[in-house]
Amino acid sequence: MFEIAGIREIVKPENLAYRKSDLLTENVMSYCPGCGHGTVHRILAEVIDELGLQSDTIGVSPVGCSVLMYNYIDVDIQQAAHGRAPAVATAIKRLLPEKFVFTYQGDGDLAAIGTAETIHACNRGENILMLFINNGIYGMTGGQMAPTTLVGMKSSTSPAGRIAKTMGSPLKMTDIVATLPGTYYVTRQSVHTPANVRKTKKAIRKAVQYQKLDRGTCFIEIVSNCPSGWKMTPVQSNKWMEETMFPVYPLGDLKTPEE
Amino acid sequence: MAKIRGSIVVNVERCKGCEVCMVSCPTGTIAMAKEVNGKGYNYAFPANPDLCIGCASCAMGCLDGVIAVYKTKI
Ligand SMILES: Cc1ncc(C[n+]2csc(CCOP(=O)(O)OP(=O)(O)O)c2C)c(N)n1
Ligand code: SF4
Ligand code: SF4
Ligand code: SF4
Repeated sequence: MFEIAGIREIVKPENLAYRKSDLLTENVMSYCPGCGHGTVHRILAEVIDELGLQSDTIGVSPVGCSVLMYNYIDVDIQQAAHGRAPAVATAIKRLLPEKFVFTYQGDGDLAAIGTAETIHACNRGENILMLFINNGIYGMTGGQMAPTTLVGMKSSTSPAGRIAKTMGSPLKMTDIVATLPGTYYVTRQSVHTPANVRKTKKAIRKAVQYQKLDRGTCFIEIVSNCPSGWKMTPVQSNKWMEETMFPVYPLGDLKTPEE
Repeated sequence: MAKIRGSIVVNVERCKGCEVCMVSCPTGTIAMAKEVNGKGYNYAFPANPDLCIGCASCAMGCLDGVIAVYKTKI
């Protein structure tokens, strides 16, 4: 490994303040530079590691850029057909109720082809965590419009920008599932600044704890970026996300358990 | 008064040169190298190591788990 250190004398095991979890594998993730998928993988691996759940976790990965998630997080992961992760996770959790079960899905997967699975799993109150990475676009296939694409936002299939009259308005899945009695904890977060990363990590940790209570579905949307699909640098994309995505997808809790 | 000193360690080959750590650092410790790594990215490195306070903002912001952070009082 080729490493560059700041001041060698400080780099001693007893001074370690942060390093990535070993559950995030040494495989270089296939994500584009600056893509939020990487951060979410990193903190999810950290939470599972910190709670000692490596051998008690089963994830379900989607179709989309994160299809190869099993190469990057060292826990059991089943890859599902497009949009069907909540159905697969339902089966896994019902057969192995003692495991921590989560789905990890993009907006094309969760809010387009998988809309029915999402709504019905949440309506049944399946005792799983759904992680929803909303970057407002189909990243993997080259930046086509998604149901979550903002009005006026350009994509390869809305080159002049999305028009609400003919293409609909941004679909707010998180708001929809928050209205269902089956959901227990619903929140919308982001990972574009260190402070937001810490908040999202806290939300994931809460959701893992709630799953032990068997009270219903936990749903965490993470408003994220797609620098390649949006045709921006990573730093520009984070700024654009703050200015343009957050007014439509405001961060914060939509449903919290009555403690 | 004890002073907090930090040091980062960059796993160069894992870095994708996205610059997010650089803009997340409150002290201006990090810059992007003129040289590229094996994948062709201008990697992040501690250009001003004396400024580092070990706050780990860079590591929290890093998308790829590239940065380790060490911290001590001197
Ligand atoms: C049944 C089926 N339909 C369509 C596709 C093509 N396809 C692959 S990924 C994808 C969308 C991915 O977008 P999203 O879920 O937002 O994830 P991202 O890549 O942005 O993370 C589509 C439509 C497919 N693989 N299978
Ligand atoms: S295409 Fe977009 S979502 Fe996919 S890895 Fe690249 S930046 Fe991330
Ligand atoms: S630990 Fe803090 S001060 Fe040091 S490089 Fe990282 S962000 Fe900058
Ligand atoms: S955030 Fe990580 S991947 Fe991006 S430039 Fe910094 S060290 Fe490299």
